[in-house]
Parts: sequence; C-alpha cells; structure tokens
Amino acid sequence: MPEAVTSVTAGGEALARTLARHRRGRRQFAAAVLLLSGALVLSLALAVRLGRLEVGWEAIGAVLLAKLGLAPATVDRTTDVVVWGIRFSRVMLAALVGACLAVAGVVFQGLLLNPLADPFTLGVSTGGAFGVALLVLLGVGGSFWGLSPLPLGALAGALGALGAVLVLSREGGRVRKETLILAGIVVSTFLSALISLIKSLDEESLSAIVFWIMGSFSGRGWVHVGLLLPYALAGVVLLARYARELDILALGEEHSHFLGVAVTRVRLILLVGASLLTAGAVAVSGVIGFVGLVVPHVMRMWLGPAHGRLLLLSGLGGALTLIWADVVARNLLASGQELPVGVVTALLGGPFFFYLLKTRRARGIW
Amino acid sequence: MIQVNDLTLGYERPVLHRLSFAVRPGEFVGLLGPNGSGKTTLIHALAGLLRPREGQILLNGEPLAALGSRRRARTLAVVPQSTEIRFPFTCLEIVLMGRYPHRRRAFSLTEADLATALWAMRETTTAEFTDRPVTGISGGERQRVIIARALAQEPAVLLLDEATSSLDVRKKVEIFELISRLNREGLTVICALHDLNLAALYCRRLMFLKEGRLLEDGPTEAVFTAATLERVYDTPMEVIMHPGYGRPYALTLPLHPTGVAKAASGGAS
Repeated sequence: MPEAVTSVTAGGEALARTLARHRRGRRQFAAAVLLLSGALVLSLALAVRLGRLEVGWEAIGAVLLAKLGLAPATVDRTTDVVVWGIRFSRVMLAALVGACLAVAGVVFQGLLLNPLADPFTLGVSTGGAFGVALLVLLGVGGSFWGLSPLPLGALAGALGALGAVLVLSREGGRVRKETLILAGIVVSTFLSALISLIKSLDEESLSAIVFWIMGSFSGRGWVHVGLLLPYALAGVVLLARYARELDILALGEEHSHFLGVAVTRVRLILLVGASLLTAGAVAVSGVIGFVGLVVPHVMRMWLGPAHGRLLLLSGLGGALTLIWADVVARNLLASGQELPVGVVTALLGGPFFFYLLKTRRARGIW
Repeated sequence: MIQVNDLTLGYERPVLHRLSFAVRPGEFVGLLGPNGSGKTTLIHALAGLLRPREGQILLNGEPLAALGSRRRARTLAVVPQSTEIRFPFTCLEIVLMGRYPHRRRAFSLTEADLATALWAMRETTTAEFTDRPVTGISGGERQRVIIARALAQEPAVLLLDEATSSLDVRKKVEIFELISRLNREGLTVICALHDLNLAALYCRRLMFLKEGRLLEDGPTEAVFTAATLERVYDTPMEVIMHPGYGRPYALTLPLHPTGVAKAASGGAS
C-alpha cells in the first residue's frame, strides 16, 4: 500500500515540523527572559532614583561604581547612605522577596491543583509571620554560623499552617478547591489575631503589628538581603530540580504515580521548598499577599503552563511586581508616610482574585 | 510477566479477597464484573498505586512494591478511567510526559523522545491535536491523548481502566483494534471494561470479578457463557455465537418480561 509509505514520510515531516516549533518555542522563551531581565535592570535603577530625597543619576552612578571598586568614592556621606544603604538594599530586597513569593505561588498552584492558591491565600505566609513573632517573643535571635534562626522559625510556622489548612480542607479524603482557600483564610485570620496579641504583650507599637500583618520594606537593608539570600537560593535550586515532576503532578496524583513519579517524596520536597521561599520572604518583610497569585497566572497566560519556564518567568515577574509595588508604597502618600507594601499588592490582587473566581471557574480551566 | 499471589486489599472489609493468578507475556486479558466488584482496585494494585494488605504482586519476578517508581513505569503503563486536566498543556506536552520514566534528570528532551511521542500520537489518531491545549478538546479526544501518553512510555504491559467508556462506538472499536495490533506485536494487555461484547470480541482471556473474588478465569470461548454472566451480573443473559466471526456475544434479557417495550403492532391503538 502506498499509504504506509506516505505515513512514514508524514512521520518524518511531522517530526521536523515539531522540532522547528520546539526551537521556536525556545527562542520565544529566551526572548521573554531577556525582555523581563532588561525590564528588571531598568526597574532597579528607576526604583533607586524615585524617592523623597532627590538623587541624580550621576550620584547613583558614582555610588555604584565606587561600590564595585571601579572608581574612587566621590559623593558625600548622606548620598552614599541614601543610595546604597537605604534605597538600593531595599529595592534588591523587594525584588528578592517578590521572586520568592511568585515562585512559591507557582508551586502551590501546580501542586494543589488550585488556581486560587498562593502563599497568602493558603495561610502559609501568616503561619511564617506567626513563627517569627513567637521566636522574637521568646527572645530567640542572633545568628548561628551566619544564619539567623528567624527564617527557620518562619519555616516551622509556615509548614504548621499549611498542614493545618490541608487537614481542615479535607472532606472525605479529598481536598476541595474552595474549602482549601476558605481554610487558608480562616487559619490566616486566626494567626493574624495571635500575632497582634503577641506583639501587644511584647508592648510593641501598632506599626510593628501592621508591619507583620500587611508587610513592609520600611527600614530594611542589606542585613535582611543577607538573611533571605541563602534560603531563597536553597529553595529555588530545590524547586528548579523538580520542574519536570511539577508538570506531571499538575495532572493529579494518580497520573503522576502511573508515569513513574515518586509522588509522596516529590510532593513533600516541593511543599517544603515552596514553604522555605515563603518563610524566608516573610521573615524579612512580613506578610505580602497576592504576588504569588497574580504573577504565575499572567506568566501562564503568556507562555503556557510548562513549569521549567514558568518558574523562571514568574521569579522575574514577581521581582518586577514587588519593586514597583514598593515604589508606590513609599511615594504615594503626600504626607511622606509610607504605606505597607501589602496594601498595594492587595489593592491589585483583590480584584484579580475576584476575576479568577468569576471567569475562570465558569470555564473550568485556567 | 505478572504473578499475583493471595492478594487481599481493603480496610475494614476486603475489597479484593485472596486473588491468585498469573499473566504471561503477550496475553490480552479482559477484567469483567459489576460496579464495585473490585476491577479498578485490582488495576490500581497491579499499577502499584495501592499496597496489598496481604499477599504479593510480582512483576517479572520482582516484588512490585520493591521496584522504583521510574523503573515500574518503564514496564507498566496505565490508562485511567477519566481524566480531568486543568492546565492548558498542549497535547504534545502531555504525551511527552510519557517519556518521563525514560529521561535522565539533567538531560533535556531528545529527538528520539519527540519521535516516540509523535509515533504514539499517530497511532492513536491524535496527531492533529499536537499543538492544541488539552483543555480545549473533547473527553473522547483527551482519552486518546492519554492512551498516546501511555504508549510513549513504551511499556511491556498496558493496563486500561474503563479507558474507552467515554468514547463513541467507532472510537471504542478503533482503540481496541489499535490495542489488539500492539498486543499481536508483543504488548501484554489487561483491561477492565463494562462492555461485555467488546470484551468477547477482542480479549483472549477473561477474568470475572464479583465482590472482590475471582469467580471465573479462562479463555474467552470457555468462560463467556450465559451461566457465568448470569452468576456475575445477577441478570438473565443469553450468549450466542456470531455466525460470521465465530465470537460469542451476550444478549441482556429483561428481569421481568412485562417491562419490555413491545414492537408496535399494527399501527396506532
């Protein structure tokens, strides 16, 4: 039959076509990464420039060159402190926290098969903040081998909250989509109340309470970047190794098992990895909601659900988002007062959550 | 190939009760029985998803429980009952997931992986969906994509759990023709199904489950009898030989003869 022959050549052609498309997809992805990275560098520079105290580009350039050891320091002490000590460290921290939260959001959404999942809506962030508040109350602080125990306290709190939410939302052996988020909100509200209580007992100011519950980069600096960095790196390396498994796990537990994924082990690793990122972020900046919800969705709509790409793109997107949310938070009020950055992300994220709930559910897909 | 010894499974009340049987390479086994008889549970146990409470399952002489997940998935592929996929992966991405147990962690997708995936898609006539999101095709089309994914695993054993239940007659027959051909080329097939006549037409060996026990197990011609079917399904049945194909097929008879719709005799009354 000639049909067999044509089907063989059709196979070859299809392979060539698919390979070409595969390469095109890779180019598209590379272009997207380049674009976002460029935007990130630009945003870092702009965010350092924008603030109460007017700082010129020359001054910023001079400080950066001096810090990189390329030129002798020429600016005065005040400018140096503002540009390097306050602004630059803060912008870097915002970028890092944004990346952590968005990547954690990708993992939670894929793993729990829930489009509404994010470190905040699952109560993981508030759990982390509670862990830190408890450690501070008990007077545990300082540093072990250069690592602060606070992120570990946050990790314990985050995992505890996640465990509680998963147990609460289980109905007849299954975790339901809406109940999961409901349980997340309940746990989150309860732990927020406990944080307020702890902080009041500790006779801290109202602003300290707001800092933990609404999140802020106010008064944060290089120390905090150093605090978060090891945890962020550990978490990202861990999650990136399992991107392929994350794709398969997004089809559900049974499918993953049939395809040869060691479901229980891999899922535990991924949950711990995502909680680690969340905990690190919370330990330095309090609870910042919705970054991990919005960013992964936007990236998925743009370049598809494959997790290897999604993790990187969401990391970049999360960094961008939080840099600008922080710029708004510290420049919006005419009085010179700062808004908690969590207020800005919630103003953006709330309506997006509503949109997801309304339109996406109706179509039954993401 | 597969050896099951004294398999008991279930919590308070056993869902499977002391099953023992062996499946040799190249067999085409149909698993029949009413709802709740334990068909899906048995498939899940054979796939290593459920651990036996007692007894053991050997795959190529090795205990299934001791086999690593990836190694197991290189030998054994499963097509589950129905599939809801929430993420808009393209159909090709879904089929490529079947290559997971063969791929090494640090290595990216090879041309051979792609070629295997595309072969599996041509075999299941899903090639036209290659770049379509899996969330945008019909249930039957999705099921064929999942079968393609199972073939991309290049398994020695294929387990199907009601895999064609959501398909129309033509697609059902097409899938069974495909599985039959792969079976003749050496693939061992075990499929749980509801359609008695489809089973009689394609399966060479049938196993009847009822309330977790193995009631009957043997060559289709020997066990596909009215007596067995009536005992398994508690429904009056008749088995007739198809004059052309020489395969048995079953007719379901009414529980109460009065309940049958009579052919309209002599126009309107």
